[in-house]
Amino acid sequence: MLEVVLSFLILTGAVFTFIGSLGLARLRDFYTRLHGPTKATTLGVGSLLIASALFFGTRGEGVSLHEVLVTLFLFITAPVSAHLLAKAALHLGLRSLAPVPEEPAVPPDGNPEAHPGHKQH
Amino acid sequence: MMRFLPHPLLTPILAAVWLLLNNSLAPGHILLGLLLGWAIPWFTLRFWPERVRIHRPMKLLRFVAVVLYDIVVANLVVARRILGRPERLRPAFVSVPLSLETDLAISLLANTICLTPGTVSARLAPDRKCLLVHGLHVPDAEALVAGIKARYEAPLKEVFEAC
Amino acid sequence: MLNLVLPLAFTLVALAVAMNFWRLIRGPSLPDRILALDTLYVNTIALLVLLGIHLASALYFEAALLIALMGFVGTVALCKYLLRGDIIE
Repeated sequence: MLEVVLSFLILTGAVFTFIGSLGLARLRDFYTRLHGPTKATTLGVGSLLIASALFFGTRGEGVSLHEVLVTLFLFITAPVSAHLLAKAALHLGLRSLAPVPEEPAVPPDGNPEAHPGHKQH
Repeated sequence: MMRFLPHPLLTPILAAVWLLLNNSLAPGHILLGLLLGWAIPWFTLRFWPERVRIHRPMKLLRFVAVVLYDIVVANLVVARRILGRPERLRPAFVSVPLSLETDLAISLLANTICLTPGTVSARLAPDRKCLLVHGLHVPDAEALVAGIKARYEAPLKEVFEAC
Repeated sequence: MLNLVLPLAFTLVALAVAMNFWRLIRGPSLPDRILALDTLYVNTIALLVLLGIHLASALYFEAALLIALMGFVGTVALCKYLLRGDIIE
């Protein structure tokens, strides 16, 4: 039973990781490419890490909760790097399939407090 | 109390992270974790000017559950979009007017938007009134904005900015 | 069953890494390359975790945690360079 659950989690994780990177390779402009890796890889690596926590937790050497830390860290950092990348791309004025709105008058970096995730560790 | 424990929420979180990092529950580690949880906020006080206050813990738990569920749905949706024909996608920039005011609430909202169905937050307007969001496939921009406001912004506002 | 699933998972993640490299080389813009690097480190964590399960050794978590930390800091630093570098000029 445990092995079935483990196999399912590992396979899900690997498939989502693969699909995320496929999105990175396949989609046609930077902003759409951004979606694949940030979403698919968080769940992909997340379920791999849960599988690993289950695997080591049931081997009789005590509960293993290291992986929770890595998962948590990835879930906090992935959106921050996605936001920063989108901001950098807007700043550079990359070509986009969607109409890009006007750049605000004040430089977008004028307020360092405004980055998401700046103060939540 | 205020002077010796500037961020009462941060102390147990840091202690828990320390215990997870060491993967043990030994009394020595608990003590060391609590010590670190007290010392780190105290030494980094200048980076944390505003006090975090959670008004409705149950609402926060419910919000976390909703977001976790949405993350799974987001992954399935995005996976299907990636595997489908890329020509069919209709990406768009949508600007979401914000009614949140504190830094923490805005950053949590931006992070949540990044984690959930087909959207990435891209830029906060300098006056913090408006968040620019990029959607992977947006057939109806107004429904997207209304969804974000009702599903994520309203609970965050209740939890962190209740009057 | 695990013996069957693990090689499959290794293959999928390795293919993902190969696609990341393709995007890293092809570009065409700087944020594309940074995104490819970012995905590369997340996929490396996936590979390390799989290796940890395969070898039944818990040693690889320290490495995975370190890669997660360093990768995030690297991505943020590169983005900051793109955002700020232009302003200073």
